Amino acid sequence: MVADTVAPNRATRPQRPRSRSWLRLVVLLAIVAVVLYPLFWMIGTSVKSQEEIVNNIGLLPRNFTPGNYTDGWTNFDVSFARFFLNSAMVSLLTLVGNAVSCLLAAYAFARLRFRLRGLWFAVMIGTLLLPGHVLIVPQYILFRSLGLVGAEWPYLPLLIPQFLATEAFFVFLMVQFMRGIPRELDEAARIDGANAFGIFRHVILPLSRPALVTTAIFSFIWTWNDFFRQLVFLSDLSDYTVPVALTLFIDSTSQSAVGPMFAMAVLSLLPVFGFFVAFQRMLVEGINTSGLKG
Amino acid sequence: MALTTAPDPTRRGTGSVRPDANRRGTGRIRHGEGLAGYVFLSPWLVGLMGITALPMLLSLYLSFTNYDILTPLSEVEWVGLANYERMFTSDPSWWHSVRVTLSFALIAVPLKLAAALGVALLLNRAWRGVGLFRGLFYLPSLLGGSVALAIVWVNMFNRDGAFNSFLALFGIQGKPWVNDPDWALETLMVLAIWQFGAPMVIFLAGLKQVPTELYEAAAVDGAGKFRQFVNVTLPMLSPVIFFNLVLETINGFQGFTAAFVLSNGTGGPVDSTLMYTLNLYITGFTNLEMGYASAMAWVFLIAIAIITVIFFSTGRFWVHYSDGEDR
Repeated sequence: MVADTVAPNRATRPQRPRSRSWLRLVVLLAIVAVVLYPLFWMIGTSVKSQEEIVNNIGLLPRNFTPGNYTDGWTNFDVSFARFFLNSAMVSLLTLVGNAVSCLLAAYAFARLRFRLRGLWFAVMIGTLLLPGHVLIVPQYILFRSLGLVGAEWPYLPLLIPQFLATEAFFVFLMVQFMRGIPRELDEAARIDGANAFGIFRHVILPLSRPALVTTAIFSFIWTWNDFFRQLVFLSDLSDYTVPVALTLFIDSTSQSAVGPMFAMAVLSLLPVFGFFVAFQRMLVEGINTSGLKG
Repeated sequence: MALTTAPDPTRRGTGSVRPDANRRGTGRIRHGEGLAGYVFLSPWLVGLMGITALPMLLSLYLSFTNYDILTPLSEVEWVGLANYERMFTSDPSWWHSVRVTLSFALIAVPLKLAAALGVALLLNRAWRGVGLFRGLFYLPSLLGGSVALAIVWVNMFNRDGAFNSFLALFGIQGKPWVNDPDWALETLMVLAIWQFGAPMVIFLAGLKQVPTELYEAAAVDGAGKFRQFVNVTLPMLSPVIFFNLVLETINGFQGFTAAFVLSNGTGGPVDSTLMYTLNLYITGFTNLEMGYASAMAWVFLIAIAIITVIFFSTGRFWVHYSDGEDR
């Protein structure tokens, strides 16, 4: 299990005096307060009236104003329901694409022997540090020349790369995970007559579930939060995803939109927060999985 | 792409960045396996060629042209090194974006790592509640790259924002920090530092790998807590520090979303938040100077490659691998 990777393995150290550990706790709580303050302030502001946003410096509103949420939801010609659906669709399809394509590539790198494998693996590691911003202009030109930018269904330029295992981080994460799966299982399956595909289907795929789940969660969250590519490739209001739609609030100069803008900002973070609550251990430890496994 | 996390260097030992072909003898290719290998690898290979390599070559070519998206590719005009010449000699806003990006990375990254290490040291003891704190500190790393958080940040450091309310408690008269060219970038640095959780988690994992015997030996030799930190913790942690430093620096250079939101896509006030990637976006997609933007992208790529090489070549002198292996 992924959860095992960061299990404490240190011997216990001598206890320090009680006062020191109290001091530590106080410092940590102070840091928690600073870290969480912006989030509480965001939630508080999202239910303040326009007048209070300017005048009330406290976290809590004197006048609970849930109307910001309904106002924000319908603030533009297209409702936020549409933006949320678009974001959910892009994020879920990205999740599927990353999980499938990165798993296939990882199996090849981790288990199969073929010509130039070392070279390809080095290239894959090289692309880990390749900044996505460098490729955006030529990718835009290529997808546009294929008629995919601004098409009826404009999401292909966002999704095609994700179905081709271009997110090297996930490939690397799964390679590292698969190295931890005992090779004896492969051998046993091979003796039973399984070929490379059979071993993938019956040994690697079922045992790679923790790595797949980690990939799926990070894939969803990163795509849900992603802005740059969606900004570049989406041009019609009704095709906008949530992050792109949120920036429309900034364009509108009227101060009256601050409350509704905050309300929509809060809603946009809910899915990520939900994942955080549900998979907190896995998320935190997923960072280490790729390094500590194997 | 928001690469907030990446593989972790706490894993020591051989072959961590190499396929394990050599582990079992000669690595002879079993019958049929070579074909299967390429079948499984094919989506990745197509992606490498079509989504990465071809665009890179295309952008290299375009960087020597005056291509804008409006003229067909077949009619672009070759301008030689003109784009690069313009960048280095007659484009003050390019130099400005370089300065903005460098100062952002040089200030925000060390402070973020210092915060991450400091909090990791506070948390690094087996006691109940560590998991809770770790999770809470990690939360900003998950949320912080979003447009929503950037919006919150801009408002928090605006005239009526929470930060000025806080200053008012001490009788200090604040100002709209995000509209002040001297302070706008600093608010973005604070946003970056606020997301210290991801490197902190990696530091925590690294701290757990430090053998307790080393501290005991140091204590026996009379080393105090500070000496133990300098002579045991820091050297043992240096691979993780190195890893975080490389990763966060490269991420720092690519900051886009918050600068876009703060300035409504302009890089303002007075170009003070004109991060390199934002400048690239404006050049390519607002001004449609895609040839020039391609040249900017290639300079960016080469700069990042050079910085990575510098990191790795200087790392030899201060990064200590406990297994004595030279990488």
